[in-house]
Amino acid sequence: MKKHHVPKRLLQTVIVLFGISLLSFGLLYMAPGDPVLAMYEAGGTIPDEKIVNQTREALGLNEPFLVQYGNWLSSCLKGDFGISYSLNRPVGELILSRLWPTLKLAFLSLALMLLVSVPLGMTAAVHKGGIADYIVRFFTFLGVSLPNFWVGLILLYVFAVKLEILPVISSGQGFDRLILPAVTLAFAMTGKYTRQVRAAFLEELNQDYVTGARCRGIPDRVILWRHVLPNAVLPLITLLGLSMGSLLGGTAVAEVIFSYPGLGSLTVDAISSMDYSLIQGCVLWIALIYMLLNLLVDISYAFLDPRLKEEADRQW
Amino acid sequence: MVKLIAFVKKNPAFSVFALLAAGLIATAVCAPLLAAQDPYTAVMSEALQPPGPEHWFGTDWLGRDLYSRILYGARTSLTAVFCLTGVIMAAGAFLGITAGWCGGVIDAVIMRISDIMISFPGMVLAMAAAGIMGASMKNAVAAIAIVSWTKYARLARSLTLQIRNQDYIAAARVTGSRTPHILWRYVLPNAIPAVLITGATDIGTMMMEIAGLSFLGFGAVPPAAEWGSMLSEGRVYMTTAPWLMLFPGLAIFIAVMILNLLGDSLRDVLDPREE
Repeated sequence: MKKHHVPKRLLQTVIVLFGISLLSFGLLYMAPGDPVLAMYEAGGTIPDEKIVNQTREALGLNEPFLVQYGNWLSSCLKGDFGISYSLNRPVGELILSRLWPTLKLAFLSLALMLLVSVPLGMTAAVHKGGIADYIVRFFTFLGVSLPNFWVGLILLYVFAVKLEILPVISSGQGFDRLILPAVTLAFAMTGKYTRQVRAAFLEELNQDYVTGARCRGIPDRVILWRHVLPNAVLPLITLLGLSMGSLLGGTAVAEVIFSYPGLGSLTVDAISSMDYSLIQGCVLWIALIYMLLNLLVDISYAFLDPRLKEEADRQW
Repeated sequence: MVKLIAFVKKNPAFSVFALLAAGLIATAVCAPLLAAQDPYTAVMSEALQPPGPEHWFGTDWLGRDLYSRILYGARTSLTAVFCLTGVIMAAGAFLGITAGWCGGVIDAVIMRISDIMISFPGMVLAMAAAGIMGASMKNAVAAIAIVSWTKYARLARSLTLQIRNQDYIAAARVTGSRTPHILWRYVLPNAIPAVLITGATDIGTMMMEIAGLSFLGFGAVPPAAEWGSMLSEGRVYMTTAPWLMLFPGLAIFIAVMILNLLGDSLRDVLDPREE
């Protein structure tokens, strides 16, 4: 990214940040009826009018929307995300403790997915129309159509319950606890990405420079690895950033199935127990991570693609 | 009839998948006829029976026949996914065409809202929205619709921007057509095919998203016969009754696969330019 692009991108980021905070806060208003009442009912008690009113007053819920939003935002900026009433701990602390496990899981599954889908997609593209292509396409189709929560359950059943080679519950320390959740997450993505890799390679293989290189007598292997691969992989980086969104949602499912203590299972627990400040905190943080990762992707994209650099030079 | 045969010969893949999808819908519609027993009747003496001639897919912990429940689950899932796709396509097309046609402030507002929605990880927001509105199939559909309309709005907007500069729009204007008439008769019919193709290719994914929300407990609530929530309930009995998590998942897989195949082949039929 050229220096000149930075202010524009930053402005965009600020607008998105504003939207994220507004939406995270506004979630509270989607609750039918009274959130305070819902909160108590979720806790299993039906309080009388007086207590409800006191709680409303204490939480500042009688103020107008914008005042509430302002108060919430300013305390968020100070690093205070409120107290989770279901877990009786500060929201910020809870999220921080769950952040790293989720990121670890997400990146491990991304790496696993790339390790499988790039070679598969390459093979399929090179042997287009051949047996390898059909086999790969069949498997990508399975990958796209299999629900990840079912894949997770089957993996859990086979490897943890029947074969007993991996733990059933993925909390605690140890690399073996990451394997099943990561494979579950990688599985669904692999189908999608193998298709993308195949399409990207097919497009690049049709380019003139490939024909040119062939005419000059450069071996196919060298063309594929030195010239086609870098060009074909570039568009994947943008896609990687975008699929962080579904990945962060997907981690929730995997974390719940394998009882893995991450941000996703924390969010699910927060929603199930109607813990509003925790829900807001989780949604806000997940959106922030997603936004940051995409910003990183944008910046790295400009660095990795020499064509974009030149274009930027010409424009300014 | 001759036309139909010619069409089938020209598009064999699409015809086969359309037939499979019709079978799926027929299963859902005829569930009461095909079911062995009522999907909600609990027979405690028959609890947790393995699959056999009496109960094809076995029974759950309340002795309900799993085969019947899965048949009824097809109703729930298909109704939900068709509603969802319809709502998203209609809302997306309406907002996109409005934004593209009107331009200016309306365009800016609609597109900025869509920017903000896109900057959210969709499923997380859908989870939160569905959970907060209260777990029900209706709310799950609404929550996914809230996070998914943007793609269709963008598509419809860019199509509208292309269409509005076409000669036939100018001709319609010159001959005195009013704006609503132009939008309804010329813009909408030209924008719809692309929106339909996108909807058809997405429908399998959306079915999975709905089942996923139900699985997490933010969609259908027990005792409703819904595949996602059946899986989630059956999970507890994994060691003693693995069929409870095998068959509902298989049902989702088959349904999603048929819808995906149909969507992809529909795209090939309607849009032969690709590939």
